[in-house]
Amino acid sequence: MQIYLPIAEVSVNAFLLLGLGGLVGVLSGMFGVGGGFLMTPLLFFIGIPPAVAVATEANQIVASSFSGVLAHLRRKTVDLRMGTVLLIGGLVGAGIGVILFNYLKSLGQVDLLVKLCYVAFLGVIGGMMFVESLRAIRQTRSGKAVPKRKKHNWVHGLPMKMRFRTSGLYISVIPPLLVGVAVGILAAIMGVGGGFIMVPAMIYLLGMPTKVVVGTSLFQIIFVTAFTTLLHATTNYTVDIALAVLLLVGGVIGAQIGTQIGTRMKAEQLRILLAIMVLAVCFKLALDLLIQPSELYSIGAVGGH
Amino acid sequence: MLVRLVFLLCLVALPIRAEEVVLGLSSDRVRITATFEGSDILVFGAVKRESPIPQEPLDVIVAISGPSQPLTVRRKERVLGIWVNTDAVEVDAAPSFYAVATTGPLDQVLSNVEDLRHKISIGRAIRSVGAPGSIADAQAFTDALIRIRQNSDAYQMLEGQVALDEQTLFRTEIGLPANLTEGEYQTRIFLTRGGNVVSQFEAAIDVRKVGLERWLYSLSRQQPLIYGLMSLAIAIAAGWGASAVFRVLRQGG
Repeated sequence: MQIYLPIAEVSVNAFLLLGLGGLVGVLSGMFGVGGGFLMTPLLFFIGIPPAVAVATEANQIVASSFSGVLAHLRRKTVDLRMGTVLLIGGLVGAGIGVILFNYLKSLGQVDLLVKLCYVAFLGVIGGMMFVESLRAIRQTRSGKAVPKRKKHNWVHGLPMKMRFRTSGLYISVIPPLLVGVAVGILAAIMGVGGGFIMVPAMIYLLGMPTKVVVGTSLFQIIFVTAFTTLLHATTNYTVDIALAVLLLVGGVIGAQIGTQIGTRMKAEQLRILLAIMVLAVCFKLALDLLIQPSELYSIGAVGGH
Repeated sequence: MLVRLVFLLCLVALPIRAEEVVLGLSSDRVRITATFEGSDILVFGAVKRESPIPQEPLDVIVAISGPSQPLTVRRKERVLGIWVNTDAVEVDAAPSFYAVATTGPLDQVLSNVEDLRHKISIGRAIRSVGAPGSIADAQAFTDALIRIRQNSDAYQMLEGQVALDEQTLFRTEIGLPANLTEGEYQTRIFLTRGGNVVSQFEAAIDVRKVGLERWLYSLSRQQPLIYGLMSLAIAIAAGWGASAVFRVLRQGG
């Protein structure tokens, strides 16, 4: 069934959109990532104009994250206090990110920079997670006790300490704020929720338990992406509500299924799967940059990208 | 007064043209609804003349063009091992849709001079002047634009697709793709003899979104904040709804 999208001005298959939404929703519920880093390139691929894809994706992430976070709230795996600290950092970061994005756009080559950002971040994060979780799995298999993660590093020497009861942490608010800002900047530049960066940062930098990380990340993502959606809707008029509805119907159902799968899996398995997925996207993007494209020319709006 | 003057001028002008087009369109408006899948426009008509048919054979060209907009065409090059957009050429105006249907091969039906004057062939319909001096092969960019748009059916060259009977009745069918942009689609009909345009006629096809599509589009432009909040409300309601439904299902099962 073909459907004409009023803002994107293209006609696409409704079931294809439902399916894409569902697939990305499952991943989002499992790993606590918004799924934007997967969905946005997929939307480009089926012919949605990039500006519309990025803006509408933000709106769709709100829906799937909201659905996911409710499930986590009921299981009490959301650290609201940590989420709020991250959120404050995130909104500041998003503001900086938008300014930075416009500056880069005036220089040209913003596309390339975004892609290089993706490759670098996905590569480093995916690689780190993969190695770490592989080691953890091997140690449990060989029967040795898993060494407790080092609880005291430089992060714990900073002032302004705060107690995060749900995460069982007593640390300075500065690192979570900085993580929030960094993720906010990247989210604005790369047009994603930033979960795929925040989740590893929370595990490895802040030392939060994996089970709490997913819910808390989703909680923060809702607000950042809602803010982004409004910004896009009022400045660029690129939020396509028909596209968003189709994606989110698939997405919210997928997110619920994903959350169920996530609770039945071990933390190490969850991490290694996320690592593989992140590395796969990284590999694909790097390949696109290295292999000669079949069409060297592209058509764009004047001044845009 | 002015209207009457124009009318009089038309009357004066009429007898000069030996042949004239009387046009019919299967529809002069295209409505884009939520389930729009493209539309075929039937362009048909007759040639009205007050003198006998001249010896030289008559040819008909039908051209439909969508609203024009400026574009940037970019080219990738390998820099330090990766493929990067380097050169860019701005095209001043390129129609979002363009189709030309003719009774025969375009180079036989239309002379170069007439093509230049009326801008009929696809290459001429695109206006490009400002290629920077550093780019030697600006034509390659225009060719790429045409190639990409032809692959997506946005530009169509339909040589020999106009049927002409008794040098008087003509008809052709042009398929508008599903990915249409809103606006006036200018339809031009040219009658040619020996490559020269002897008569031309213009009509407009109005392409508009209607119903829900129209409403959403207008809202997003006129009340963007309300539109944005509405999008968020729908997103949150859907998220909450799915969560509630799943909880009920799980408790039931």
